[in-house]
Amino acid sequence: MVAPDASSTAGPQALAAVRSKLEELYRSESRRVFATLVRLLGDFDLAEEGLHDAFRAALEQWPEQGMPTNPRAWLVSTGRYKAVDALRRRARFDFVEDLDDRPDPASEGGGDKDSLADSVEDDRLRLIFTCCHPILSAEAQIALTLREVCGLTTEEIARAFLTAPPTVAQRIVRAKARIRDARIPYAVPARAELPDRLDSVLRVIYLVFNEGYSASAGDSLTRAELSAEAIRLGRLLTELLPEPESIGLLALMLIQESRRAARTTPAGDLVLLDEQDRSLWRHDLIAEGTALVEHSLASGPAGPYALQAAIAAVHAEAPTAAATDWAQIVGLYDLLLQRYPSPVVELNRAVALAMRDGMAAGLAAIDAILMRGELADYHLAHAARADLCRRLGRNEEARAAYERALALTRQGPEQRFLERRLAALGP
Amino acid sequence: MKYLCLICAEKVMEQMPHADADKHFEEYREFTNAIRRSGHYVGCNRLLPPDAASTVRVRDGRISVTDGPWVETKEQLGGYYLIEARDLNEAIQVAARIPGARFGCVEVRPVAEDLQTVRALGFDTQASTC
Repeated sequence: MVAPDASSTAGPQALAAVRSKLEELYRSESRRVFATLVRLLGDFDLAEEGLHDAFRAALEQWPEQGMPTNPRAWLVSTGRYKAVDALRRRARFDFVEDLDDRPDPASEGGGDKDSLADSVEDDRLRLIFTCCHPILSAEAQIALTLREVCGLTTEEIARAFLTAPPTVAQRIVRAKARIRDARIPYAVPARAELPDRLDSVLRVIYLVFNEGYSASAGDSLTRAELSAEAIRLGRLLTELLPEPESIGLLALMLIQESRRAARTTPAGDLVLLDEQDRSLWRHDLIAEGTALVEHSLASGPAGPYALQAAIAAVHAEAPTAAATDWAQIVGLYDLLLQRYPSPVVELNRAVALAMRDGMAAGLAAIDAILMRGELADYHLAHAARADLCRRLGRNEEARAAYERALALTRQGPEQRFLERRLAALGP
Repeated sequence: MKYLCLICAEKVMEQMPHADADKHFEEYREFTNAIRRSGHYVGCNRLLPPDAASTVRVRDGRISVTDGPWVETKEQLGGYYLIEARDLNEAIQVAARIPGARFGCVEVRPVAEDLQTVRALGFDTQASTC
């Protein structure tokens, strides 16, 4: 937020009150106002300017004129007016920009202020679908969603993804240009298109979550915020578009998030599921997630997120690792594999199988996957094999597999974990 | 965050035909007014052409002065805007509207705001950072 000119005649108290109210409004409403302005103005950059100018105008006018009864509607109509005004001013000087290229904001039908504000939640949904449009690369979708929908700054996104800010900035500028050039409609896709388009939205949200959840690198505080942002997006999507898979993804994220405190030591080292202190799990998140899984599974054929959430829920309800219902977990993996075959899912199933039928059965399943060569360079496949060999007392094989896994991982906490396991095998 | 927008172009005002320069000044007046209104403005200046530059060095306690800018490029530094923006993309959006961006280029550089810099420059004891 930008400080106003000191030209206001209202008292300093009125100014301070408005300022703190506006800061609160900026946090809670600015992305909603922005989403509506994108629809009304047909352009991201123009909407951003309009949003900025609307908050600036509020800071100047509200101390004297008082707060409007509907601040959001006031911000939307002011932002729209300011953007149109800026466009007109600029048209006199700007010889490069082709104004005909844009929808005329002034003639756009939008009705009165109230109806502008009423459709605001739909606008947020439109914005998510536009930011996750398949013509954009996954990296661009993520950066654009975090900045335009979540309101993160370019610098925050860069920090979270360990990228240089100019790289992220360029991605965002190019993504907006692509959206403009390809004339991507600002709309929630039609029913026929929805499954595909929703997939890409869910993938972006899950990627953001995982980036914040995986202990890969970087500042852990920033990372927790990234996961929180993904969960916020998941909640928003579930609220606006309660499809079974939207609900499934939210459930999956909540149950995984419930283990955040237990899955690393204070020093940042990894703690595997079977060794976690289960009293550190957030049982409120587990309860919410489990209820959502049940709701999702009851409302139609289970999609991949709902099935993964169901598996996470079975783990979450077990009082100890040994008391886990492994038969149910293997069954859920079978279902997942049947519908969405993937070698990584197969690997996870093999680990569950080891717990259900014994280490030798699990090892045979992992070896069968590795034999096909698909996961030969996947460090977790070798780490899982090493673990089963270790439990079977086959130390030489375990050592070789841990070493192979260590050579393939670049993540600090995972490297330290594997080194500890290697050391524990003895000389 | 503050960003410095450095405007570089092959021709500065003094090297343009009068009518072009007049028009360009008018564009700058409009742009600067606009960013004052929007609150992005922190400061700005136009620089005289590089042939007015002197480059100073001190080596072994002796001052040496040479003519011209310290770096020879086809594009010359013609002026700057110091702006306040929410993030780099907002700064880029403002920089894109600088009239000189259509002829030359604008380099956008974040202003360092780390504690050590703030202390070294005395901004922790002064009200203003500009």
